[in-house]
Amino acid sequence: MSASNPEKTNSSPPASLVTVKVNGRPVEVPRTMPHPVTGKPVPTTMIQACEAVQVAVPHYCYHHKLPVAGNCRMCLVEYGTPVLGPDRKPLKNPDGSPVISKAPNPAIACATPIMPGMEIYTNTPAVESMRKAVLEFLLINHPLDCPICDQAGECKLQEYAVEYGQTASRFVEEKVHKPKQVDLGPRILLDDERCILCTRCIRFTREVVGDDCLGIVNRGSHNTLTHYPGQPFDNNYTLNTVDLCPVGALTSKDFRFQSRVWFLKRTKSVCTSCATGCNIVIGSRENRVYRYEPRENEAVNSCWMCDQGRLNYRWIGREDRLQNAVIQQTRGQFVQVPWSQAMDQLLQHLRKIPSGSLAILASARQSNEELFLTARLGRRLGAIMDSPPRTGADDRLLMHADKNPNTLGARLLGIAAAQPGGNLQAMAEGICRGDIRTLLALGEDAVKHLGQSVVERLDQLIVCDILPNQSTPQAHILLPGCAHAEKWGTFVNHQGRLQKFGRAVEAPGQAQPEWQFLRQAAQDIGGESIPASVGGIFDEMARETPAFNGITWAGLGDLGATLPI
Amino acid sequence: MPAEYRLILKNIDQAGYQPDIRCYLGHGGYAGLKKAIALGATVVEGKELSGPEQVRREVKLSGLRGRGGAGFPCGTKWSFIDHSSGRPAYLICNADESEPGTFKDRQIIYKDPHQLLEGMIIACYANHIHQAYIYIRGEFVEGARILVRALAEARQHNFLGRNILQSGYDLEIFIHRGAGAYICGEETGLIESLEGKRPYPRIKPPYYPAAYGLYLCPTIVNNVETLCAVKHILEMGGGEYAKLGTPGDPGTRVISLSGQVQKPGYFEIQIGQVTLGQLINDFGGGLRPGRKLKAIIPGGSSSKILKAGERYKFKAKQPDGKELEKEVALLDLKYDSASLAGAGSMCGSGAVIVLDDTADLVLALANISEFYAHESCGQCTPCREGSLWMAKVLHRLTHGQGRAQDADYLLQIANQIPGGRTVCAFGEACSWPVQSFLNKFKDEFAARGRADEQRRTSGAQGGGQGRP
Ligand SMILES: Cc1cc2nc3c(=O)[nH]c(=O)nc-3n(C[C@H](O)[C@H](O)[C@H](O)COP(=O)(O)O)c2cc1C
Ligand code: SF4
Ligand code: SF4
Ligand code: SF4
Ligand code: FES
Repeated sequence: MSASNPEKTNSSPPASLVTVKVNGRPVEVPRTMPHPVTGKPVPTTMIQACEAVQVAVPHYCYHHKLPVAGNCRMCLVEYGTPVLGPDRKPLKNPDGSPVISKAPNPAIACATPIMPGMEIYTNTPAVESMRKAVLEFLLINHPLDCPICDQAGECKLQEYAVEYGQTASRFVEEKVHKPKQVDLGPRILLDDERCILCTRCIRFTREVVGDDCLGIVNRGSHNTLTHYPGQPFDNNYTLNTVDLCPVGALTSKDFRFQSRVWFLKRTKSVCTSCATGCNIVIGSRENRVYRYEPRENEAVNSCWMCDQGRLNYRWIGREDRLQNAVIQQTRGQFVQVPWSQAMDQLLQHLRKIPSGSLAILASARQSNEELFLTARLGRRLGAIMDSPPRTGADDRLLMHADKNPNTLGARLLGIAAAQPGGNLQAMAEGICRGDIRTLLALGEDAVKHLGQSVVERLDQLIVCDILPNQSTPQAHILLPGCAHAEKWGTFVNHQGRLQKFGRAVEAPGQAQPEWQFLRQAAQDIGGESIPASVGGIFDEMARETPAFNGITWAGLGDLGATLPI
Repeated sequence: MPAEYRLILKNIDQAGYQPDIRCYLGHGGYAGLKKAIALGATVVEGKELSGPEQVRREVKLSGLRGRGGAGFPCGTKWSFIDHSSGRPAYLICNADESEPGTFKDRQIIYKDPHQLLEGMIIACYANHIHQAYIYIRGEFVEGARILVRALAEARQHNFLGRNILQSGYDLEIFIHRGAGAYICGEETGLIESLEGKRPYPRIKPPYYPAAYGLYLCPTIVNNVETLCAVKHILEMGGGEYAKLGTPGDPGTRVISLSGQVQKPGYFEIQIGQVTLGQLINDFGGGLRPGRKLKAIIPGGSSSKILKAGERYKFKAKQPDGKELEKEVALLDLKYDSASLAGAGSMCGSGAVIVLDDTADLVLALANISEFYAHESCGQCTPCREGSLWMAKVLHRLTHGQGRAQDADYLLQIANQIPGGRTVCAFGEACSWPVQSFLNKFKDEFAARGRADEQRRTSGAQGGGQGRP
C-alpha cells in the first residue's frame, strides 16, 4: 500500500555543507558521509546530524560501522522541512524565518537523509511516546533474566528501559519461546529469546567479514536468528558480534559467567598478537585479566579485532609465570635471590666483559622504550643484536602475517636487522667461534632461535622472560619480566602507527617492567642519567630517533600517531 | 439498478471463452499492443513525442490509479523512472494477491491471461523495459501453469521475445512463484523475494522501487488489474478512459464481494457509479432473509470497518462556489477512493466483506489478527511484536479467557503500531482493523471480557472449576 516516490539523488560534491536544525539548534553537516563499508559518499542521515550536536538518539539496530537496516524503530523522530514557494524558493514567515511544514509521520533518524533547512525534533512528547512503545514491544517477549545475563550492565535494553520503560508490565500473555543456549559456533552461544532481531550480527558477518553465515528464519514474532545449516559460525571475527549485540543474545563462551562487567577495570591497550596492533580495552579485576575488547580506532582496526588476538590473554595469568630472580651459583645449582642481588651480579658481569663479546637476543614483543634502552646498552658494549621474526597466517581484514606487535619499532630503534632475524646466524657463529661469550636473551628463547649446542658454549646466559622456556632453566641470571598488560609502553605497528598501552594488572612475584632494569644497566654502563619513567624514556627516545621526531609521551593520544616513515 | 461495466472482465466467464491465444486474438486481443507499437513520433502540444512517450502520456491522461491497494496514480509512478540512469529498468507484475477477501486478479490470470500479458508488454514498451517478471502467489499453482502456457503462445506469435512485431523492440517476461507469504505482496518485500532473499520490505527512503528497485535498478511494480487497465487505456485512449469512473478515480474496478451476502462474487463497476448498498443488494443478492447489516469491510481485511447506520459528512462544492455539507449514509456511499476516504476507510484492493447481525465481531477480528500475526515478516519491532500481541489477546477473548479491560488494552496496543512507525504499510494493515473494530464496537469486546471474568469468578466460588 506504499506509494512509490522518486529518490532525490545528490549530485553535489561531498564537501558541500547543509544546515539543519536539531531541536532548534542549527548545525552544519556535510551533505554526504562515507558509507561505513564501501567508503562511497552516501547522504548524511538525521542521526549523524544529531551526533554532530551531541544529541543522542536512542537506537538498537544502527551502528556507525555497519550498513543501515532501520528495523528496530527506536530512533524514530519528528521533523519538518521548509515549504517551497512556486519559484522553488523557501517561503518566509513575517519575521524572516523559513516556513516549516512538519511531516505528518515520523521518520527513522538512522536512515533518513537530511536536506537543507530540515528541522529535526528528538524530544517531543510524540517521540517520547514512540520510544516507549518500541521499548515495550521489545520487552514483552524478552525473558527479563538480567540477573543471570552476561550483558547486564552494558545492555541497551536495560539502559533505555531506565529512560523509557514502565515500572510494571501490562503484558499478561504467554511469551514466545525460542531456542536457548544455541551453539552458534566454537566461540559463541546464542540465546534466541534475548535476541531483539536487530540484525547487527548478520550485517557484520556478511558485509564486513564476507562470511554470509547468519540469518533469520521463521516469521513475525517467531523470527529466530540462526546460522546456515551445517555451517557453524566460526570465522576469525565472530566475537565482534558479541560486542555488537545490543543485548545478551550473543555471548562469548570464553567470557560468559566469568565476571559482572561493572566489576571490571578498563585499561586502554593494544593487542600484541600481530603487527596490526588492534586497539583494545583490557577488562581486569583483582589483578586478573578477564577479557579484551576492541577499542575503536579508525586508523587501525575500526571497531573490530580478530578472535585469535582477543582470546590470547590467558598466558598473562598462567600459574607457571616466572616470578623470581634466580642465579646459577655453580653448574646446575640455582638459588632464588633478591632482585638487587641478581642485578648486582648482572652489572658486575657487564662491567667487565670486553667490547664485542656480547650478543643481545631482543624481542619485537617488547616496547619501544625497552628496545631503546636495550639498543643503547648494546651499542655501548659493542653487542651484536637482533630480534627473531614470528610469522603466521594473515587475512584480508585485520590479521597480519607478522605476529610480533613491534617489528617496526625494533627496526627503527636499531635492534632488529633490516630483515628481522638476519643477524641470528652471525650471532650463533660468533658464539661458536668463542668471540661472543655472553648472551642477553630478552623475551626470546635462545635455545629455540640459536640452538642448544650454541647456547651451551656461552660463559653467561642472562635471561629475562615471562614464561619458562628451554633457555630459562639454563640461565646464569634469570630475571622475571612483565606482560604488556603489566606495564606502560608503546609499539609501532606494521603501518608505522605509534601506539600506547597502559598497565591493567600487577606483575606477579618479583617481576618488574623490563625498562626498569634496562634503564639501570644502561645508566651504569653508559654513565649518563636516564629518566626514571616510561614517559621520560619515551621523550628521550623520540628526541634521539629521527622517526619519532616531534612526538612526546604527553602528546601521544590514546589513538596513537602515524610516524612519517 | 446499475449495471456492471465490464471492461477487464469483458470476456471472462463468457460462454466458450478460453484462456488461449486463439480465443484472445479472436476477441480482438493484442490490438492495443499493435496500436502502441505502430505509434510513430508525433508532435503533441508543440513537443515531439516518441511512440513510448505517447503511451505514457495516454496512461497519465487516463488518471488510472493502482489497483493493488495503495491507489497510487499509475502514470505518475511511471514518470519516476529515470531512463538516463544507465541501469536497466524492470517491470514487475504483482500477482501475489493475498489480502483476505480479494480474489479478482486470480480471475484474470486463470481466465484471460493474455489480457495481462498484453497490458504488461505495452507497459514495458512504454517504459523501455526489456525484462519483466510476474510474481505470482505460490498457491496459484494452476495460475502459474496457465501463465507459462500463455507466455509460450505469446512468444510464438512474436508478441514477446526478440524484435516484437518487427518493431526492433525486445522483451522477455519471467514467472516467479511465491512460497506462500502475504508480505511478498508488499512491493519491496516482493523485490527482495525475487532477488532470492527473505522478503523483508526495504526502508523508504532510500529504496523506492522507481530509483532502487530490483537489483537496485529502476523498477515499476504494478498490480495485475492495473496492468490490464493499461491495455484498455491504449485501445480507448486515455481521455476516453478518464471519462469512466470519477475525475479523481477514473475507470473501472473489479470488486471482490464476500461475506454474508446471498451471492458473493466479483463484479466490475465504474468507480463511483455504484453505492455500497447497490453492491450488496443488487450485485450480491442482498443479505440472507431475516438478517440485518452489521458492518462492511470495504477494501480488504486491512481497511477500516464501517458500521451499519453510520452517516458520513462530506463537503461538496456547489456550482456557485459555496461549500455545502451533506451527509451520506453507509449504504449510499459511492465506491470510489474519495468517498471511502471520507468515511475513514479506503478502497484498498477492492474487496468488500459484508457482515450481518449474526456475525461475531470478536471472532472476526480474532481471525483477521491471527492472519496478520502469522504474516508479519517480523523485521521491525512494532509490527512484529504488536501483531502477535493483539492476536494473543483476541485468542483469549475468543477462548473464554477475556478480561474486562481487554478492550482498552487491545486498542492501546493497536495505537502503538501505525502512523509511519513501521518499515512497511503492514503496520497499518494489522492495526487498522483492530483500531476500527474497537472504536466502533467496543461494547462487544468489553462485554465478552466481562462475561469471561464473571464466569471465572462465579465458577471459582462454585467449587474451583473456574477455568472454562
Ligand atoms: C502488506 C502489503 C501487502 C500487499 N499485497 C499486495 C498484493 O497482494 N497484490 C498487490 O497488487 N499489491 C499488494 N500490495 C501493494 C503493493 O505494495 C504495491 O503498492 C502495488 O503492487 C503497486 O501496484 P499498483 O500501483 O498497480 O496498485 C501490498 C502492500 C502491502 C503493504
Ligand atoms: S543476536 Fe544480538 S546482534 Fe544479532 S540480531 Fe539478535 S540482538 Fe541483534
Ligand atoms: S588482527 Fe592482530 S592485532 Fe588485531 S586482534 Fe587480531 S592478532 Fe590482535
Ligand atoms: S511492518 Fe511488519 S511486515 Fe512490514 S517490515 Fe515491519 S514487521 Fe515486516
Ligand atoms: S536505529 Fe533501528 S531503526 Fe533506526
